[in-house]
Amino acid sequence: MGVKLLLEKANVPGIRTYDVYRREGGYAAAEKALKEMSIESIVEEVKKSGLRGRGGAGFPAGMKWSFIAKPEGVPRHLVCNADESEPGTFKDRYLMEFLPHLLIEGLLISSYALGSNDTYIYIRGEYAWVADILEEAIVEATKNGWLGKNILGTGFDCMIHVHRGAGAYICGEETALIESLEGKRGNPRIKPPFPAIQGLWMRPTVVNNVETLAAVVPIIKMGGEEYAKIGVGRSTGTKLISACGNINKPGVYEIDMTISVEDFIYSDEYCGGIANGKKLKACIPGGSSVPILPANLLLKTAKGETRYMNYESLSEGGFATGSMMGSGGFIILDEDQCIVKNTLTLARFYRHESCGQCSPCREGTGWMEKILQKIELGKGESSDIDLLWDIQRKIEGNTICPLGDAAAWPVAAAIRHFRDEFEWHINNRELSQTSNFGLQHYADPIHVPA
Amino acid sequence: MSEQTLFKVTVDNITIEVPAGTTILQAARKIGGAVAPPAMCYYSKLEGSGGKCRTCLVEVSKGSEKDPRPMPKLVASCRTTVMDGMEVKNITSEKVIDARAGIVEFLLLNHPLDCPICDQAGECHLQDLSFEHGKSSTRYEFQRRTFKKHDLGKHIQLHMTRCILCYRCVFTADQLTNKREHGILDRGDHAEIATHIEKSLDNEFIGNVIDVCPVGALTDKTFRFKNRVWFLKPMDAHRNCPTCSGRVTLWNRGDEVFRVTARKDEWGEIEDTPEGKPGWICNTCRFEKKHTNDWIIEGPREISRHSVIAQGHYAGNIGTTKPTETFKAVNDGRAPHLLMDIHNESEVNLPSVRLSEIEGPSHGNTFKNKSKNA
Repeated sequence: MGVKLLLEKANVPGIRTYDVYRREGGYAAAEKALKEMSIESIVEEVKKSGLRGRGGAGFPAGMKWSFIAKPEGVPRHLVCNADESEPGTFKDRYLMEFLPHLLIEGLLISSYALGSNDTYIYIRGEYAWVADILEEAIVEATKNGWLGKNILGTGFDCMIHVHRGAGAYICGEETALIESLEGKRGNPRIKPPFPAIQGLWMRPTVVNNVETLAAVVPIIKMGGEEYAKIGVGRSTGTKLISACGNINKPGVYEIDMTISVEDFIYSDEYCGGIANGKKLKACIPGGSSVPILPANLLLKTAKGETRYMNYESLSEGGFATGSMMGSGGFIILDEDQCIVKNTLTLARFYRHESCGQCSPCREGTGWMEKILQKIELGKGESSDIDLLWDIQRKIEGNTICPLGDAAAWPVAAAIRHFRDEFEWHINNRELSQTSNFGLQHYADPIHVPA
Repeated sequence: MSEQTLFKVTVDNITIEVPAGTTILQAARKIGGAVAPPAMCYYSKLEGSGGKCRTCLVEVSKGSEKDPRPMPKLVASCRTTVMDGMEVKNITSEKVIDARAGIVEFLLLNHPLDCPICDQAGECHLQDLSFEHGKSSTRYEFQRRTFKKHDLGKHIQLHMTRCILCYRCVFTADQLTNKREHGILDRGDHAEIATHIEKSLDNEFIGNVIDVCPVGALTDKTFRFKNRVWFLKPMDAHRNCPTCSGRVTLWNRGDEVFRVTARKDEWGEIEDTPEGKPGWICNTCRFEKKHTNDWIIEGPREISRHSVIAQGHYAGNIGTTKPTETFKAVNDGRAPHLLMDIHNESEVNLPSVRLSEIEGPSHGNTFKNKSKNA
């Protein structure tokens, strides 16, 4: 059994309500932080813990907090990014649905550390019932004196507002989220200035993921150094993984980042192996935006070492032979899955979700989808693969926000690792409509385009 | 002048000193020539514009004197400010040229390429951009997205199919008018400029969206299909206008005023008035004062000799004189089949027909029923 810090109490009946949460030791960390600790020491503990942003980029949270500008007389804001829209990722929903008070406690401590009197939770519109749960929890917390004016007699005021998005993936990007929160069209801003200097209403703002803010609670409870002892290297603490796809036990799992990918997939404690006794073909280890990995590169790195479920190990080998931890959306594809179709599904998603602000992403995502559609329908030509490669190369890194990269990487990785399957689709137009390429490519050396 | 901190910045191996806070693009424009990156969405007179089209991407090979690390990605030069000792590569960087060719391809992907019937042809930034930085053919083989044409009131037509979503017109309406009534609807490749539920844009300064549009998406309905810009002779003129600066460029053929625009500088942006304010013009000046006697003419406007507008000034009352030699004589004895003078030969271009006075676009009939219009 791995260490559980966030989901430890998730199965306690009634944990969603304040009374049960408080009885189980909830708000003790908030009490400790507000009564005993100084603002600097909270930030220091988070820094010491080595907590990395759980939203996808893995940027150290303590560092992000220390960047916030503190001009005199200008309010600061903390925004919780609960716009969890990455296909394959549903860990934040689980956390908010079952442990709303854990998030509120984390938000309270973080708001205190950052000096935010008005803290916002930007939740995706589709999580309507979760937003209701959060709102209820906020009412309960306010009643019991954990939110509102003069909390615990410290003179610190804090209110948490729940703001529902309207169903745009792009609003999970921090500056687009801020724009949307301001009531504008959710277009990402051009950086610099970064939100830590000019964010919400041009005030210094920190935007953190739900899981990151919830993880502040165990950090304060046990101390940053203790927290850093869990995990390995720069991947400290625990991480929620939302496993889905062709596995026996899909769901949200808390891991301590020392477990190997193979154990995670096949052990009964976690995914419980591939469903229906099929074989593992490929995996998208961190939510739809990260590069897909074929089974042989997923379980072992290119050097032949075992791959572990942590930030460093999953990105071992760069994009040529590795992937990313991302947001922890672990999608497993079995031998019956078609990579071309899978890539098309992702390309369609990114085409639909591109905000249309900058040209490479607006036009390129649609173009990639059309070409993939053509290949999938058995009308592809061999030049299409190189064309796709060229398009993704021209999108990547040339856009305002990371959505362009996120759209380009899955296509690039699919071609990089499964070029033979694309070629098979193109060369066997009729056959590809009725049958599947399966696991054939594992016999061949994997071609890596330049 | 107060003392300003000057930053030394090198663009394509040319060093220049600019005040702190200048963007890379502005510094490069100071140097001028091919060093200046192209810009489709950036408009220096509009606050907040830029960063969207990505044509002005440049490589920063040295961040600054203090932190000489190069920037990992190409940066949008219109929104990146210079640092002291910064080294920028524009046309000397292969990465930039490659990326820019890609951007041009993306911009042209859904563009209808209807230049032969587009009023913007000849002064279109997208035409210039694709000519200078693009490839000769596209690899796109699917249907292009199209939109219906929309009338934005009496004077402006929106042809969304041509739009490259630079957002300039949105910023213009935001910053020049009290209330913006149009914006972007939808997102991604189906995003469009629109008024919510078709309605007309009614503001004294809304006509300026035509001037800021880099392509032919927003056109002047009083000028649509009336003439090609290269047949017109631009003249600087002014009038004592109560609402705007009244400093304009008249586009004449003979003594007929075909259209009125604001004065534009070499980057296609509105020129400043002598008081140092952007010379936006009002709708009255733009759409209603279409007679030479409404204006005090200052003289011909200088047009870059590289522009097609400078090539074909119509040989009317104002303009160049016709050569006296025959085509055969100047063309080494080759017969001038393909070089015929279209203005003299064509039936659809009679100088006696005053195109600017016709309601709506001109048709073949306009020229056949001479008695009606002449």
